[in-house]
Amino acid sequence: MRLRLVYFAWVRERIGKAEEEINVPDHIKTVGDLIAHLTALDEGYAAAFEVPQVIRAAINEELVEHDEPIAGAREVAFFPPMTGG
Amino acid sequence: MSVTTRVQAEDFDVSAEYEALRTVTTGAGAIVSFSGLCRDEGGRLSALELEHYPGMAEKALARTAEAATARFGLAGLTIIHRFGKITAGENIVLVIAAASHRKAAFEAADFVMDYLKTDAPFWKKEHPKSGDGGWVAAKTSDDTARARWDSVTE
Repeated sequence: MRLRLVYFAWVRERIGKAEEEINVPDHIKTVGDLIAHLTALDEGYAAAFEVPQVIRAAINEELVEHDEPIAGAREVAFFPPMTGG
Repeated sequence: MSVTTRVQAEDFDVSAEYEALRTVTTGAGAIVSFSGLCRDEGGRLSALELEHYPGMAEKALARTAEAATARFGLAGLTIIHRFGKITAGENIVLVIAAASHRKAAFEAADFVMDYLKTDAPFWKKEHPKSGDGGWVAAKTSDDTARARWDSVTE
């Protein structure tokens, strides 16, 4: 599956890019699986996802939990807890 | 019922926004205006850089506005959130809530701010006057503040 990934704040900085398109292997079913998959790619991803439970995720601009399936997703975003307002 | 939500880099004019809402709102007896500013943290900070997720940020503001107007029966609501570099003392966020009575207007403004803190995709990076800046960490007190709206019935 072809998927667009976008990153923000220190997640973006640690990975070293704001966005990319990747091919997701078929066995990657959920947001959590995707985090584990990316973590294994290189040091940047590993640093970004060092503490996976603090990472927030969105699918197609909607906040989701890590057990959310990625089937049908167009864009998945990863970022730290939000600090707006 | 007038609802305005905007995500923008440029500053906003609080009195102009207040007047704009007041003049289109009928039946309101109370308007509460809240502005959030960039603190200088005791002189340590020169600016904040606000990163946002374009698209999702607009949706988050719209959803928050919808929830607030339904919950507090508002007559009107304006939410503006800025992004980009914001120097100390400048505006970051504006919430103006119009309702029949003051309690709903106060509570709606409070509710909107609590939701923006935890659910709107913005991230603050500090620009100190000297040295390197870092990302502002999310506060658990913000989650607690947001969660209290889940248990409160007005």
